[in-house]
Amino acid sequence: MKILIIEDDLETAAYLSKAFREAGITVDHASDGDSGYYLASENSYDALVVDRMLPKRDGLSIIAELRGKGDDTPALILSALGQVDDRVTGLRAGGDDYLTKPYAFSELLARIEILGRRKGGRDQETTYRVGDLELDRLSHEVRRAGTPIPLQPREYRLLEYLMKNAGQVVTRTMLLEHVWDYHFDPQTNVIDVHISRLRSKIEKDFGEPLLRTVRGAGYMMKAGG
Amino acid sequence: MTRLRAMLSTTAVRLSALYLGLFALCAVALVFYVTAISEGMQRDRTQSAIASELRIVAGAYRRLGVAGLVRVIERRSRQPGANLYAIAMPTGELIAGNIAALQPGVLDQEGWTTLPFRYQRNGDTAEDDHRALAQVVFLPNGMRLMVGRDIGERDQVRGLVRQALMIALAIMFAGALAIWFFVGRRALKRIDHMSEASKKILAGDHAQRLPVNGSGDEFDRLSLSLNAMLGRIERLNEGLRQVSDNIAHDLKTPLTRLRNRAEAALAGDGGGNAHREALEQMIADSDQLIRTFNALLMISRVESGSSTAQMSDVDLSGLAADATELYEPLAEEQGIRLTANIEPGITIRGNRELLAQALSNLIDNAIKYAEGGTPPEIAVTLTRARGEVRLAVTDNGPGVPEDRREDVVKRFVRLDESRSKPGTGLGLSLVQAVTALHGGQLQLHDASPQAKDHPGLAVIMVLPGET
Repeated sequence: MKILIIEDDLETAAYLSKAFREAGITVDHASDGDSGYYLASENSYDALVVDRMLPKRDGLSIIAELRGKGDDTPALILSALGQVDDRVTGLRAGGDDYLTKPYAFSELLARIEILGRRKGGRDQETTYRVGDLELDRLSHEVRRAGTPIPLQPREYRLLEYLMKNAGQVVTRTMLLEHVWDYHFDPQTNVIDVHISRLRSKIEKDFGEPLLRTVRGAGYMMKAGG
Repeated sequence: MTRLRAMLSTTAVRLSALYLGLFALCAVALVFYVTAISEGMQRDRTQSAIASELRIVAGAYRRLGVAGLVRVIERRSRQPGANLYAIAMPTGELIAGNIAALQPGVLDQEGWTTLPFRYQRNGDTAEDDHRALAQVVFLPNGMRLMVGRDIGERDQVRGLVRQALMIALAIMFAGALAIWFFVGRRALKRIDHMSEASKKILAGDHAQRLPVNGSGDEFDRLSLSLNAMLGRIERLNEGLRQVSDNIAHDLKTPLTRLRNRAEAALAGDGGGNAHREALEQMIADSDQLIRTFNALLMISRVESGSSTAQMSDVDLSGLAADATELYEPLAEEQGIRLTANIEPGITIRGNRELLAQALSNLIDNAIKYAEGGTPPEIAVTLTRARGEVRLAVTDNGPGVPEDRREDVVKRFVRLDESRSKPGTGLGLSLVQAVTALHGGQLQLHDASPQAKDHPGLAVIMVLPGET
């Protein structure tokens, strides 16, 4: 995977580049809006990390102009502005994801991994399979080793999101955003309990555990098969 | 001098000058119109009187000839208030009537004189000068007969009306000047008071307000709305000041703790594992700090009202059900029964995310402090009555003493002094701000007052809703 980071703070950019490379991602870096736009339109990337406030040109206008040209490379906006309205304007400009500074690198990495692989897209698939676990997106039925597992609607959506991104780390914030449509951090960690309930349903009476907790980051469904 | 110039440049003065001008113009036009009409009426009357006189005189001439005509004319001429009569030879020499002298040329043309002419009556002195309208008839023998009427009265009336107009205009100007002077001075005086007050405010006296004299006039209204604005600014300022105080007091402690931890890790030689642990703890500490910062910023932003742009129709019933569902497993894990009693189909105008966050904060708090009830129970209730929507979270925990209820919504105020529970102390402040943003009221009650040892707490967001 190859990404472009448009970030004017050189220290942050160096830290991010190093961390992404350690995670096996190729990184290009631009330190102002103009060169960022140039690189993004000349090369092909799997994802863009765009700081919202940049010298010469603001991040949102870069994304808006790329979208105007029909370039739909997934873009994640990094911003110090984290309020509801800011996120809405960011997404309206064509951003695919929005992360407020400061953020944990694990959160950024998880989001970029998912954005970067999104190009292939699993949205069209009607059945997700992980090992002997099977989720039918048309009938909303879940089976493991052929045994039907009854799930609450929310549990179904949770499992669907995890299976859609199987093999990738999914953070708690991402789950809150995509499964509950909550864009804030509840004070207590409510997600873990939901996960353990789900686990007890899909794993308890079956052998191999499929859903792994990734320390300091989130959860990961075993890669699909 | 400058004061006078300032007074002249007030809007009131400019407007009244404009009105005065317009009014004077109308008055003059009206006077001219009225005199023109009345003159026309008078002329018609004069002409018909003259015409009937002529008919009589002409009758005498037909019956009695020139001698009879002269006699009739002489007789009528002597009557008091007589009209003007004259009989003249074709040469213009006057032979009978009450005219002593005539403007030349009057008798040269038959019919109505087109313009008033001058004449002198018998017995007038040379200075007397009268004006009249007349009809001239040429008799068959070439003599001229003239019957006319003095129009001095008409000129007199016209003079009187013009004089009255002048007097009225003079009074109007004088009155307008006086009104300008007093009104303008009064207006200037009030404006001076207002600018004095604003100077004091600028100088830092933020409790100062613009003067209101209770008359309800435009100055009062302006002062009132400016005062309301000042009040709001002061409250926002107060909030800002409180935030910075809070940052000073409540963020210093965790920052110091963070720093101490780093120092201890640096000094100690616990090896890789101890360092790793210290670093992890430090990340957790900074996350907590960031969370606090975010919450503070969010509260200020909600309080300033700038999120109102994002208002839309929010399905509050769905939102309450979702939030309950989100927390239910957590509550169950801690042995708390979380139930929902939600009236379906309640929609209000609001900001979905802020409402969701406020409600989560309430449930979160309730879970944290629900211990004590046997068994601990939390209820999320949504009802609608009389145009109000009530969103309540009730627990059966220790409750909040009545005298502390106002405090707990303040920033960083936590009843548990030891601060052993996790949390920022900002949860209720945000709920309060969100409720206020939606035009509602936050109420705190005992959930069940009869249970003395654990009355529980009911936190109710009373929001204006559709009826």
